[in-house]
Amino acid sequence: DARWDAVVPADPSKDKTTPFEDATHYNNFFEFGTDKDDPAARAGQLTTAPWSVTVDGLVNAPGAIALEDLIGPSQLEERIYRLRCVEAWSMVIPWLGIPLADVIKRADPKSEARYVRFETLVRPEEMPGQRSRFGLIDWPYVEGLRLDEAMHPLAFLAVGNYGRVLPNQNGAPLRLVVPWKYGFKSIKSIVRISLVKDAPMNSWQQIAPNEYGFYANVNPDVDHPRWSQSTERRLPNSLFSPNRIDTRLFNGYDEVANLYAGMDLRKHF
Amino acid sequence: MQTSPRLILLWRVLVFFAALSPLGYWSAQVALGHAGPEPGQYLLLKFGLCALVLLLLTLALTPLTRLTGWRGFTAIRRQLGLWCFAYALLHLTSYVLFILGLDVSLLWDDIQRRPYIIVGALALLGLLVMAVTSNRVSMRRLGKRWKRVHSLVYGVLLLVLLHFFWVVRADMAEWAGYALAGAALLLLRLDALSRRLPALGRRLRLR
Repeated sequence: DARWDAVVPADPSKDKTTPFEDATHYNNFFEFGTDKDDPAARAGQLTTAPWSVTVDGLVNAPGAIALEDLIGPSQLEERIYRLRCVEAWSMVIPWLGIPLADVIKRADPKSEARYVRFETLVRPEEMPGQRSRFGLIDWPYVEGLRLDEAMHPLAFLAVGNYGRVLPNQNGAPLRLVVPWKYGFKSIKSIVRISLVKDAPMNSWQQIAPNEYGFYANVNPDVDHPRWSQSTERRLPNSLFSPNRIDTRLFNGYDEVANLYAGMDLRKHF
Repeated sequence: MQTSPRLILLWRVLVFFAALSPLGYWSAQVALGHAGPEPGQYLLLKFGLCALVLLLLTLALTPLTRLTGWRGFTAIRRQLGLWCFAYALLHLTSYVLFILGLDVSLLWDDIQRRPYIIVGALALLGLLVMAVTSNRVSMRRLGKRWKRVHSLVYGVLLLVLLHFFWVVRADMAEWAGYALAGAALLLLRLDALSRRLPALGRRLRLR
């Protein structure tokens, strides 16, 4: 009873859906290792049911909510979004889920809430990346959005992709999808959603503040210090055609531009 | 330990095919579509890591010779060094061909602005100098200076480790392993340690 194709690319010939095999075997999910094929190889052991999400902070209705109850009241829909990784590759993925705004509204934020903070599961016995002694990420992985960003109709909580339940390596059982921001903002395997007053320090900003900011909006004019962001490699590609396309501001989702009116996007990268 | 020239030759041929086999394996993976959605990136990373492993192996040969006294290790030194250069060259080629799509202006932009590219380029330059002077003619012509030219290898190792360090993102474990191996090999070059290797080899009954 999902609303299929609720959001689809304006030009499907330019944004062809990435094959399932590629979207599920080329992942950054450092809880399971640093190689692109580590998550597919190692995430199978993650227990995703039962799953509950703690909604807390500046809300009138805090509590630990079972995943079914978090999602249940909303209408499931399918959205085909472009996903632009900060590493300059991109895919097009059909997600299944609900608007993030639904969950936030049900939590009933207090008036002083300004930001939303998200946290990934910490379970080293099932997440080998969290057992590494040389890891740079201070677990749990943390991400954040400004409240108005989180309430934007495009911000999405996914429980599935390609018309089925989310594979573990893609962030099962619940992940964020913010299509106008670099992929690392779309935090996986969420266990906590907190409404807070101040901007949360997200994990990548903590590791390398000169390379990763809080906003992380896709922007061809603001380079990563180590590579250009003006183009991206649309995957899958082949050896002799890198499939390079121009990167668009906000990943082509112009409808979010008003969220950043008057802001210096070079400063707030 | 005495080994007949024929056995040494066989050993060198074996090493040749062992060093060639990763190239064959990874090429086959790409050809069969098993290299994931970004085969260029796959080859880039494999070639780069292989070059580093070969560099470490090459640097291990002298201490191994001192430890065991076996001529076979010295006999493959030039070969392994050249293989290291070959994989480093394949690494660069993959970058220019598969990642940049032969857009040379992008490469120039990278070289000017990205420190890890500059460091990698310098390391490759060092390997190139050693590769072109690795033949007998150059050895004869350079005489005593040959050894000095080839001590570039230590600088190259440090540059390569720095190049690798700058691309590490979330976990230092893999890098730390290679850095530790590199540091150990550099330490074994110190006279105080290097001098003791033959005696240690005898005690361990390696020679």
